Amino acid sequence: MRISVQEQPFDLGQESAAFAAGHRDMGAVVTFTGIVRDLPDDPMEAMEIEHYPGMTEKAIAQMAQEALERFTLGDVLVIHRYGRLVPGEMIMMVATAARHRSHAFEAATYLMDYLKSRAPFWKREISAGGAEWVAATEADEDALSRW
Amino acid sequence: MDVLYFAWVRERIGMPREAVQTDAVTVRDLVAELSAREERYAAAFEDISALRVALDQELADFDAPLAGVREVAFFPPMTGG
Repeated sequence: MRISVQEQPFDLGQESAAFAAGHRDMGAVVTFTGIVRDLPDDPMEAMEIEHYPGMTEKAIAQMAQEALERFTLGDVLVIHRYGRLVPGEMIMMVATAARHRSHAFEAATYLMDYLKSRAPFWKREISAGGAEWVAATEADEDALSRW
Repeated sequence: MDVLYFAWVRERIGMPREAVQTDAVTVRDLVAELSAREERYAAAFEDISALRVALDQELADFDAPLAGVREVAFFPPMTGG
């Protein structure tokens, strides 16, 4: 299990390949990548991501450990960036390795649902129209109830 | 104890952290104490249903006791991922 909370970009291809290569007994690897997307009406200059150093790493490690046990995973990788990002940049990735694909897919979804609402990150969108904190949605919170 | 603020809570209060001497028994008591200090605190804590709190870096609720707690953090609902 590896958790990295970092400001610098990561190399998706390299991270995915290294993660997949490390697990000869695991038949399935799922990766998810989150990318900063532009706003439809008000072009975004940047997204700023603030986090709570210390709690962030702990909270993610807890969810990753939970996912490992619950979905009998072979391994988990979570990389999440903070700081100033521009549209098109990768914000984060998760990778899960399991013996069979259903567990790897489910675990990735589980981790994304938890990262969204339980990892202490806050996003702010910066555009010509000003800066706005991204609000959490009810759908994000509801997504947790299925687990 | 140290009190930390993040995102728009930090902006409203105007600082990221401060040391607070308090006899508050619960988080709710601490919020009342801070809100009584100055308008900027009252503005930040106006609607605590829009806020989350962590005690020593674990999510907690507003009725949680503060005994033994070293770090309290207030912030809006998280938007990770």
